Amino acid sequence: MSPLPLGQVWVYLAASPLLHLFATLIAFVIASRINRWAGGTPLLHPVILSIALLIAFLLLTHTDYPTYFAGAQFLHFLLGPATVALAIPLFDQRERVRRLLWPVFAGTLAGVATAVVSAVGISLVLGADHATVLSLAPKSVTSPIAMGIAEKIGGIPSLTAGLVLLTGVIGCIIGPWVLRLGRITDPAIRGFSMGLAAHGFGTAYCFSTYGAIAGAFSGLAMGLSGLVTAFVLPPLVQLFGL
Amino acid sequence: MSLIIGMSILLGCQFLGEVLSLALSLPIPGPVIGMLILLVGLVIRGSVPASLRSMGEGLLKYLTLLFVPAGVGLIEHVGLIQQEFWILLITLVLSAAVTLWVTSQVMQRLAHRSGTSQEEDA
Repeated sequence: MSPLPLGQVWVYLAASPLLHLFATLIAFVIASRINRWAGGTPLLHPVILSIALLIAFLLLTHTDYPTYFAGAQFLHFLLGPATVALAIPLFDQRERVRRLLWPVFAGTLAGVATAVVSAVGISLVLGADHATVLSLAPKSVTSPIAMGIAEKIGGIPSLTAGLVLLTGVIGCIIGPWVLRLGRITDPAIRGFSMGLAAHGFGTAYCFSTYGAIAGAFSGLAMGLSGLVTAFVLPPLVQLFGL
Repeated sequence: MSLIIGMSILLGCQFLGEVLSLALSLPIPGPVIGMLILLVGLVIRGSVPASLRSMGEGLLKYLTLLFVPAGVGLIEHVGLIQQEFWILLITLVLSAAVTLWVTSQVMQRLAHRSGTSQEEDA
């Protein structure tokens, strides 16, 4: 029996979803190890490191994104059920949410308005391209929602997905610092602010750093700001003729 | 079996959410409506089934991994990002800082006024 030529094996593997699903998991494991080794700094966030490793891998192997995504979509798909699962921490914290109903309501409206207006305003002042401005508008919202909004208002959905990720990482880096500066000690308020400004990344950060209460409120903020932004942004864009 | 039941509940809620979103042409994505449906269901039931909890908490624990496939999509926008790198970076940093500040301060003020803020421990 003659051994299969290596090139032929590679062609076979590269065409099956297996390779890129495997590559994604391995990249995440390596990235998490590097992050732990670097003392857990958000500057070397496992997600950003994984993405960098995978982009390098795709460039080296001359693979295009659709081919990669054919494998990685199995993970991407789980974002849906994970979003639904956010109902669990919310249910666990229902009493606390009820007590903070008014601050939660006002915080959502003020936060969403600030996120959208600051993103659009700053990028316009700095002279960003039209499509970039529209892709930036929903960047504080979790990616499945943000991509839908970007598509509706004329942004570039896949660029928005990337900007959402960067927003999440930046939020985890500067968030704790802003909260300290503002003397925010209540875990519910810390969590809510992080979830509103940095969606899933903020939520993951809160669960691991500030505890379950902060995590639940972060998930709540992520859901509420997604809802409000999805409702408010498309008509606003039309109104201002962006 | 327990994980399968948990996943079925999550997918069932998401499916209902997608159907509602399409049928009523709502601007809200299906999974978000699914989250609301599950929340209502849990409130009515009064507790979280163990199967749902183990599946759901497992997914949430690895939430950030699930963002990776979409993030690799940045590869398709290398040109645009290179061109507008500083605009994007400055906008994202300033906007995140202002959003965090406004949200947390608004909530802090209101929570103090209504005397609902009891936690002072981190």
